[in-house]
Amino acid sequence: MADAADMERRDVELSMPPLFQYYDPREDEALEGRNIMDLMRRSEEPYPDMGTGIYMEDGVPQNVAVAALDDVLTWARKSSMWPAMFGLACCAIEMITTGASRFDISRFGMEIFRASPRQADLMIVAGWVTWKMAPVVRRIYDQMAEPKWVVAMGVSAMSGGPFVDTYSVVPGVNLIVPVDVYIPGCPPRPEALLAGLMRLQDRVERQQRAGLSNQTR
Amino acid sequence: MTRSFTGDEFAAAIRRSFPGAVIQSERDAVVVQREAVRDICFYLRDNPELQFDFLSSVTATDYVDYFEVVYHLFSIAHNHSAVLKAWAEGRTNPWVPSVVAVWKGADLQEREMWDLLGVRCEGHPNLKRIMMWEGYPGHPLRKDFLEFDHRTFQAALQPTES
Repeated sequence: MADAADMERRDVELSMPPLFQYYDPREDEALEGRNIMDLMRRSEEPYPDMGTGIYMEDGVPQNVAVAALDDVLTWARKSSMWPAMFGLACCAIEMITTGASRFDISRFGMEIFRASPRQADLMIVAGWVTWKMAPVVRRIYDQMAEPKWVVAMGVSAMSGGPFVDTYSVVPGVNLIVPVDVYIPGCPPRPEALLAGLMRLQDRVERQQRAGLSNQTR
Repeated sequence: MTRSFTGDEFAAAIRRSFPGAVIQSERDAVVVQREAVRDICFYLRDNPELQFDFLSSVTATDYVDYFEVVYHLFSIAHNHSAVLKAWAEGRTNPWVPSVVAVWKGADLQEREMWDLLGVRCEGHPNLKRIMMWEGYPGHPLRKDFLEFDHRTFQAALQPTES
């Protein structure tokens, strides 16, 4: 085997100092795990799809004045919907392509991908969400100001897609946040994303015309 | 072009210092006794003729009866490579010695091996999960981990206080 001097030098190397003398990140890891499982426990049932008006809060229609001003607000809202800038998986590449000049999302007033969720109206969940990422996605949603809309882009975000049986992927982002528009595809082409966003604009218009406010949960 | 050690060649190099440690030599890999892995790795790194100064990958394979831990070694100085293997028996507590003290780069890969396959690395300074979250049931890349049932898992979760 090895000689004595070798063993002695090796002892010095093996006795490494404790990595975390003042701060132990393991406590944070345990807290993160508890947060994830807490969200999992609360995510047993999917949110109902948006835009049906069923889950509108009481008193909202009575408090909304249906007038010409509403049309102006609606027009402003649907024409300047700023997405939150985040992408989770390969669908994000198509989302980025949509933002580039060939497909030109700025035709719809959506070109300004906001880095801060406080300034965003629209969350495009591009790609699958793992349970470890789920609390982050939910926090971005919670940080966005009302009114806000959510688009699930790609089959993985819709229902888990090809990853529905895997050990780490959320089977449908509607377990985490309520969804307005689902865009199938793996990944959807930019045209599909644009079509979905136009559907969302129509929905915003119709919601406002009917005196329905966007619901929150 | 990087020269790869054949199994016999590499086994001969190990036998020079560790006569009893080699279990078998395959076509281009050598299986050694797991208790000797760390000593052998120190030898492979420090011997001037071998000088394996770069550990490019640590991973494991689940063969149901045992886990085969694979170390891919490179020598930048000599531009040659070799494959070292060790068997970790059992499914309840398979283990191999940690080689973090030899190559610091083994740190995250050994943690991944522990997280996804449940092969414990004895002597690792910070052995905890890296991909999955704390509290995850089991090790998902094992052969007997057939599927993760979200519904059952979710239904069993208790509210946490914090």
